[in-house]
Amino acid sequence: MCGIAGIISRNGERQIGAEMTAMLQSMKHRGPDSTGYALYGPATEDWVMRVKLADANTPRDYGFDDRMGRNKGEIERRLGQLGATVHSASHATGYACEVRFAYDGDLKALADRVEDVKGAEVLSLGHSLQIIKDLGDAESVSEQYNLGGLAGTHAIGHVRMATESDVDISGAHPYWAYPFSDIAVVHNGQLTNYHQWKRRLERSGHRFQSECDSEIIAVYLAEKMAAGSDLEDAMRQSLEELDGVFTYICVTGDSLGMAKDELAAKPLVLYEADDLVALASEEIAIRAVLDREIYTYDPFEGEVMVWTR
Amino acid sequence: MDALTYDARGLVEVDGSAPGIAEIDGERAEFDARDLTTRKINAELRRLVYTEGVRDVTILNPGARHSLGVGILQRCKITFDGSLGYFGLGLIDGPEVHIKGRVGWSACENMMSGVVVVDGNAGSLTAAAIRGGDVLVRGRVGARTGIDQKGGTVIVLGDAGSMTGFMMQRGRQIILGDVGPGLGDSMYDGEFYIGGKVKALGVDCVPGEWTDADTEFIARKFAIYELGEPPPLQKFVCGKRLYNYDNLEPSERKLVL
Repeated sequence: MCGIAGIISRNGERQIGAEMTAMLQSMKHRGPDSTGYALYGPATEDWVMRVKLADANTPRDYGFDDRMGRNKGEIERRLGQLGATVHSASHATGYACEVRFAYDGDLKALADRVEDVKGAEVLSLGHSLQIIKDLGDAESVSEQYNLGGLAGTHAIGHVRMATESDVDISGAHPYWAYPFSDIAVVHNGQLTNYHQWKRRLERSGHRFQSECDSEIIAVYLAEKMAAGSDLEDAMRQSLEELDGVFTYICVTGDSLGMAKDELAAKPLVLYEADDLVALASEEIAIRAVLDREIYTYDPFEGEVMVWTR
Repeated sequence: MDALTYDARGLVEVDGSAPGIAEIDGERAEFDARDLTTRKINAELRRLVYTEGVRDVTILNPGARHSLGVGILQRCKITFDGSLGYFGLGLIDGPEVHIKGRVGWSACENMMSGVVVVDGNAGSLTAAAIRGGDVLVRGRVGARTGIDQKGGTVIVLGDAGSMTGFMMQRGRQIILGDVGPGLGDSMYDGEFYIGGKVKALGVDCVPGEWTDADTEFIARKFAIYELGEPPPLQKFVCGKRLYNYDNLEPSERKLVL
């Protein structure tokens, strides 16, 4: 089933960490397996990279913590080798860390070099994007990663009921559009031409970390945008080229867009105001942020909408 | 919200008792649903309608919660002072319901009789499989409105999404706005009256011939709901090109019909 949510402020920063947690927690019944956030804080000069060194359900065998420590050190060493200057590196959990560094080289080379460390996966890389995902409901993930005080301009989130692949962090949304900075996607539905697109994108050099069909949407959109399309055009093309039933939300450094397939098989409720746009699989998620009667509607089949902060 | 309690197996213990907070004034009653769980709201509504003999209930702050007002089998008036979530008012038989907000997906599913008036928009699958009664949506509706409809009337003042009236078997739909692709796809019977543009007709849905009975029906429904003078409407019915019942063996025919 899965639940998706998005929020974008049009007049400056909001407490997006706490707001997205409230939205996702109210949709816990749609997906209790894992919860994920893509949060856009204030843009920094540094690159912000979120990496996981192991999955949440990797067995905690002998020397696990030491190994995680060594792998984190190895990542910092490799960043240094590539000419990046690491400014901070912190652990949120034993297996997930956030690294901030200055770097002006090729992002793909950097991501590939980091992921070459055993068990490492780059969850997100950008100047303002941070993807946080883990098993459990929104409140437990928010507490674990201390998202309560995070301010920013826009965010998307996802509660997952695993259907197409395993219950682990690799299968959790949102997906970062490897190797393009500051782009992420959450998706509710199933893609039926997943393998076709996966092979096509792999041939053009992209890597896929999971068996989850949603991962291709992010890379698909990013590739279209790298080729010159804007977000809205790329999303319109996706309606033609991706098969299956889906409603997805895509975010970039300054905008947030939604697309719904031709069958309108997956729900989305939309609230639009001058200062704020909020959208979610169910209205109760929007009510978790705006506790009053509001005007909302469901976009029709084949609709694409984009808002800029 | 009430705190949940768990039994020895770790399962949620269900407290189905009505909270008894409504203010009852003769045949009328009102209560605030803000701090109640879905189960408690429904339990209170059922208590008022079935045990207290109340015939006019107002529920404040429904808060877009799911599954409210389901399975009320009693003639009465129910007013929701706000929006409902998914699966509202399913399986009802008799009530006259006014929702001063919107409804989510699958409102009035399998309704048997009664009236539901929604002031706002509605989600997809509105009035799915209804067998009787009227559903009036003043805003727009999502996809597959009246899917598998077996009777009753659906009136929409705004636009409707794709596959409206998919596999409809009987009943009528009046839609004043535009309709998405696949109107009346694979329908068996029933009538559509469309005021706006139809993006594409579904398989075996064809324009129908307007009769005096149609004029009378439309005028009657518009008068009941005070919708003013009916605009020009176009009628669509089943083309019956997919009817293959005559080709069946007698034993098969028994099963299908």
